Amino acid sequence: MAKELVKGNEAIAKAAIKAGCQCYFGYPITPQSEIGEYMGAHLPELGRVFITAESELASINMVIGAGTTGTKAMTSSSSCGIALMQEAFSAMCCAEVPGVIVSVMRGGPGLGNIAPAQADYFQALKGGGNGDYHLIVLSPSTVQEAVDLTYRAFHLALKYRNPVMLLADGMLGQMMEPAEFGEYPYKDPDVTKWALDGANNREPRNIVSLHMPEGEMEALTNRIFEKYEQVAKEETTYESYMTGDARLILTAFGTVGRIAKSAVQKARKAGMKVGLFRPITLYPFPEKQLHEAAQHADMILDLELNKGQMLLDVRSAVFGACPVEFFGRTAGGLLTPDMMFEKIQELYKKLDNRLEAKIEAGVKKLWKH
Amino acid sequence: METLVYKRPESLLKDGHFTFCPGCGHGVVLRIIAELIDEYNLQKDTIAISSVGCSIFLEKFFNLDVAGASHGRSPCVATGIKRCKPDKFVFTYQGDGDAATIGFNETIHTACRGEHITTIMINNTNFGMTGGQASATTLVGQVTTTTPHGRKAELTGYPLHAAEIVAKCDGTAYSARVAITSTKCIRQAKEAIRKAFETQIKGLGFGFVEVLATCPTNWHMTPVEAVKQIENVTETVHPLGVFKDVTAKEQE
Repeated sequence: MAKELVKGNEAIAKAAIKAGCQCYFGYPITPQSEIGEYMGAHLPELGRVFITAESELASINMVIGAGTTGTKAMTSSSSCGIALMQEAFSAMCCAEVPGVIVSVMRGGPGLGNIAPAQADYFQALKGGGNGDYHLIVLSPSTVQEAVDLTYRAFHLALKYRNPVMLLADGMLGQMMEPAEFGEYPYKDPDVTKWALDGANNREPRNIVSLHMPEGEMEALTNRIFEKYEQVAKEETTYESYMTGDARLILTAFGTVGRIAKSAVQKARKAGMKVGLFRPITLYPFPEKQLHEAAQHADMILDLELNKGQMLLDVRSAVFGACPVEFFGRTAGGLLTPDMMFEKIQELYKKLDNRLEAKIEAGVKKLWKH
Repeated sequence: METLVYKRPESLLKDGHFTFCPGCGHGVVLRIIAELIDEYNLQKDTIAISSVGCSIFLEKFFNLDVAGASHGRSPCVATGIKRCKPDKFVFTYQGDGDAATIGFNETIHTACRGEHITTIMINNTNFGMTGGQASATTLVGQVTTTTPHGRKAELTGYPLHAAEIVAKCDGTAYSARVAITSTKCIRQAKEAIRKAFETQIKGLGFGFVEVLATCPTNWHMTPVEAVKQIENVTETVHPLGVFKDVTAKEQE
């Protein structure tokens, strides 16, 4: 299949249509407005549903309506718009309503700016909505990966009856690069066992998120968390690049991951043993896999376009196996391969010094004996 | 020969029991809705959307598919469902706190889009489930737990007239305010809800019925006093009437 030159936002919209998305409900916000524009131009002519909702509150709740009928639906927004949807995410996880949310991060906090950033990692991964719940969160680093993960988002949403977020940033949304749109590769599950379509020759069904009787909510939450364990077991994905012999492992997600890859290549050329560990599923986070990689490393350097958010998950996964350093910029500040390379050199020197110090200490010890 | 004059609608669960306070208006309206769904034989094709407040437990009463919505968002959930399943009958059941206060933006935009859904809004002029706080439709002078000396217009403004505002939206096919204070009123309320249902069935646009309902517990009145309160006071502020009916011209 031929590749075509396509903008990230449009690629996501096009992939969603190919994935069988029947409805798009959204509200414009930079830097992701092209998604809604593409949907508005293409969905009606396919006989599918497009609505510019009155707010992000409305658009995500329309997704809920579509989801309760087992229909593939999506919305997209950016930082402050996603903030308005958090209540609905919590309700969707509780009532087990599928749906796809595309979050194209911009600079924050507040209205911030429209430059790329990754400061909504906490927003996507650590709540905002109330109660115990998790979105499944996928993190693309290239336009091609955005296409593939959009397909996967629709499949996972139906497979697990849980909202799935594609977490991109303004850089990916606005960049153009070649991508291929293959056939939707998944076989989706039968929704007729649970979807609402009128109680025709069956008992009535309900899809609600209020459970008042004593113990009911806890039992439900426990069952949903068993589902999350299954998601972690079966769906965790990551990219491990030259980590086998690496003394210094970089961790990064999304577009920062691809920039870090260039920095690894530069460091390798300079003779430094550096690798990259890039989570593709942020939830489920590849915790065990990162822990194993860290066992053989001397140091981890976490790189993000924020003040250190995935850092918490990295530290938790590494769990003391080696020191974890952080290097980031935020609110529209970008990291270049050269900036990363400089940081790598600085830390690598520390590693060497530490090694020398260790040897020195060992020699002194020997002399004492 | 015996004639059956009263039976439980099929659209109500056989073992479902209303959990409302004595004298509350909700049960009357839920029964009207169930009777109409039976009459139009829509039970197998209906999806009801509950909301937040005393209107929440639809799945405990209706023998129908029910989707829950967050506070104020049931018109959005209904929109999503109806657009995916245009041949289904979709209605929301909300209170004044839900449809006229936190969710009025959604109510208005759903009306403007002319969604083919029906909204039944129970207006008891307060937040009933949380213990009787003032809502957007609370009357000036009305005593609530948040206006213990009566709602003062200079502090909190004036009551919102939902049915009249919804009627102004081009996508609205039918909008009315009814009461359920007497047998006659209940019959008129049923006819209004029938009209609102028919506008959906005929694909004419958005149907909206606001029902003035008693809340004796939070009004600190007996059920009889609460009925009198609606007749003598509430209706002077929120007048009964049909504010829009796109089929009215055809009938002339």
